[in-house]
Amino acid sequence: MANAADPPKDSFRLSMLVYDTRYRSITIQIVALFLFMGAAAWLVDNTIQNLRTLGKDFNFSFLWSRAGYDINQRLVEYTNDSSHGRAMLVGLLNTLLLAFISCVTATIVGVLAGVARLSKNWIVARLMTIYVEAFRNIPLLLWIVVFFAVMTESMPAPSAFRGDDPAASMLLFDTVAVTNRGVYVPEPLFYRSLGDIDLGIFLVSLDLIAIVAALVQGFYVNRAIVGRATRIQEATGIRPTTWWQSILALFGPVIAVLVALGFHLGYPELKGFNFTGGTHLRNSLIALWAALTIYTGAFIAENVRAGILAISRGQTEAAFALGMRPGRTMSLVILPQALRVIIPPLISQYLNITKNTSLALAVGYMDLRSTLDGITINQTGRELEGMLLMMLIYLLISLTISAAMNVYNRSVKLKER
Amino acid sequence: MAQEYSYVRTEMLPEQEPPSNAVGALVWVRENLFSGPLNTILTLASLAAVWWILSHLSGWFLNSVWQAGSLAECREILDGATGACFAVITDRWEQLLYGFYPSDAYWRPNLALLLMLVALAPVLFPGVPRKLFWFSAIYPALAFWLLWGGSIWPPLVVLAAFPLGFIAYRLVEPINGILATLAALAAPILWWFLLAGPVGGVLAGILPGTLEPVASDLFGGFMLSIIIGVTGIALSLPLGILLALGRQSDLIFLKTICVGFIEFIRGVPLITLLFTASLLLNYFLPPGTNFDIILRVVIMVTFFAAAYMAEVIRGGLAALPRGQYEAADALGLDYWKAQRLIILPQALKISIPGIVNTFIGLFKDTTLVVFIGLLDPIGLSNAIRATTEWNGVYWELFVFIGLCFFIFCFGMSRYSMYLERRLKTDHR
Repeated sequence: MANAADPPKDSFRLSMLVYDTRYRSITIQIVALFLFMGAAAWLVDNTIQNLRTLGKDFNFSFLWSRAGYDINQRLVEYTNDSSHGRAMLVGLLNTLLLAFISCVTATIVGVLAGVARLSKNWIVARLMTIYVEAFRNIPLLLWIVVFFAVMTESMPAPSAFRGDDPAASMLLFDTVAVTNRGVYVPEPLFYRSLGDIDLGIFLVSLDLIAIVAALVQGFYVNRAIVGRATRIQEATGIRPTTWWQSILALFGPVIAVLVALGFHLGYPELKGFNFTGGTHLRNSLIALWAALTIYTGAFIAENVRAGILAISRGQTEAAFALGMRPGRTMSLVILPQALRVIIPPLISQYLNITKNTSLALAVGYMDLRSTLDGITINQTGRELEGMLLMMLIYLLISLTISAAMNVYNRSVKLKER
Repeated sequence: MAQEYSYVRTEMLPEQEPPSNAVGALVWVRENLFSGPLNTILTLASLAAVWWILSHLSGWFLNSVWQAGSLAECREILDGATGACFAVITDRWEQLLYGFYPSDAYWRPNLALLLMLVALAPVLFPGVPRKLFWFSAIYPALAFWLLWGGSIWPPLVVLAAFPLGFIAYRLVEPINGILATLAALAAPILWWFLLAGPVGGVLAGILPGTLEPVASDLFGGFMLSIIIGVTGIALSLPLGILLALGRQSDLIFLKTICVGFIEFIRGVPLITLLFTASLLLNYFLPPGTNFDIILRVVIMVTFFAAAYMAEVIRGGLAALPRGQYEAADALGLDYWKAQRLIILPQALKISIPGIVNTFIGLFKDTTLVVFIGLLDPIGLSNAIRATTEWNGVYWELFVFIGLCFFIFCFGMSRYSMYLERRLKTDHR
């Protein structure tokens, strides 16, 4: 006799595809697969037909043809004789530059504001609340336009710096000029430069490589010094003083390299109608940088605050019971734990910054969207290829950032068993 | 035996006043503002910053001119003093709110906004009579008719497909459950493609109910922001829920589609999607198709917000204890019943802050439509500045636009806090 728990041994019927839960999910998926493939085929077919009607083909060869337009801010060599592909590279680097500096400053602003909003100081806490609410509830685009207007409308013209009794003067001991054409800051120059190395796509300054190498080396030596101090402390209970060794290790090599290269600053000077010399930071860059920093900083401040509030009150009390002062409690006990809560939303804020750099269009900053997807597709009429390429690039950037930050997140995550 | 001790007091002493060095405004100031050197520096620096801002802005606000025909006139009235020229707002506020919508028809968007508040009331607040939901259901058709004009019948007839689908489901359900679902899907499609046109024509013949039609390119200002924002919000929540459920589902293929969609949309900036809507849609659709630019933008904004919404709701779903799913299974509920009665109410409640943040983000993102040539408030501020009268006006326009956005977004975030309090069921 068959066991009662045995499934009925009926033969397979077609209706079981719908009624039997064992098969139904497969049915649904196959139907969905066909619908999806049908929709995709429909879109592709439409696109082919439309391209044929317009007499266009689908290829990316325009990337190698002459661009013929100028880009005012370029990190690598570019002239209007360069190719559209090179213009795209220049735009991409501008996007990445803006995203990078904005991420760094937004993190600093956000952490400070988030901690300050929890401060016991009534005025500071209220001011930070106003800051966060004002910037979170007003569109970023408006802030970009506002900051751009501040730069172009409220700053003095270069001619105001002229004369014996000028209406405007340079800041920081005559080294920085803030004008309505942009900000001029001193530029690093070398008497004994090592020259550039050609990577095939673009040139990289050997001076920069030397400085970075010195910094990295200093960082690792410092880590070894601190590690040794910790080992001595664990063995003997006394921590040797290491601050001067650390300073020497961190800054010594860099200073040596700078001296060897003959480092000096080139200051901006008023010549004719404009400033020359120094590095020219354009208004568009400044406005975007400021707006992205302060806007995203407000969001990061809220993430930081939420992370700190998520740490139980007992941790603070325990730290106080050990006799720690509030500042050290924050930096040694609360923040390291809060970091685990803060990092995942911080990743998405970095991604938001990267995507929001595309608003550069509003102030004429030559980013990826303005080069590849603005002038290039206007000139070549390749909007389909250009748009798809740009989406792909943004997608790659986003996935790379989120992958990198997830690796970092895993390293600080609480190791649970 | 109880013994009386004369030195034990039998009645309570009245409470003494706290010592004067523990209460009072001065003590509060000392403890909150000047408790240490760092705090003192911070306080003084904040006060200095506040003073600097106020001293610079107060004159500008106090001297403001509210009645003038142009910026030159404003400067004449101010006579060299610094002052705001809010006359640009009094002169052009209609344009900032309505764009180039015909001014004799302003009552239509106004009425649509008013009716929207009525339609939203039963959704937002529990005290409102439930019968108003019927009004909320027909509101989309009504609003479309009021804003775009034309005959009232086409939008109503399009909307009528949903009750038709429901009726078809009810009629076929006793025969077969699967067939009923198919009927519920087929009835609206048949209705839209075969019957809707003729029925609408007949009804329009009986009772025209026409308003002066208004073209989409006349729409602008906050009206446009609200139209795109509210439609996007209303559509992205259900789509986001479906995407989140799809991403959590066991059906591998559905899951892959949902993950792909969500990650793609979240990986690219909204601007690229808007440009796709304005430039590329002609490539992807059958030759000759062309539909309204506002509709295209609403679709793209909805997709964009739905992908973010899906991630927020997925967080809520993941936060629910496994036991809730198991309990629903143990009760013998099928998938949709379990989701509808047990899982989603809890998951959505957890994700309210995130959902409202997405709404606020969507509303702010409506300003990006300026890049594809629609006139949102920021685009209009450029247009106003381009006229000879108001060439050079910046801050007054920005203050006005910023204030309007702030009121909307701040209102939304306050509502989410109210909702969280109302739905709180734990007793902590």
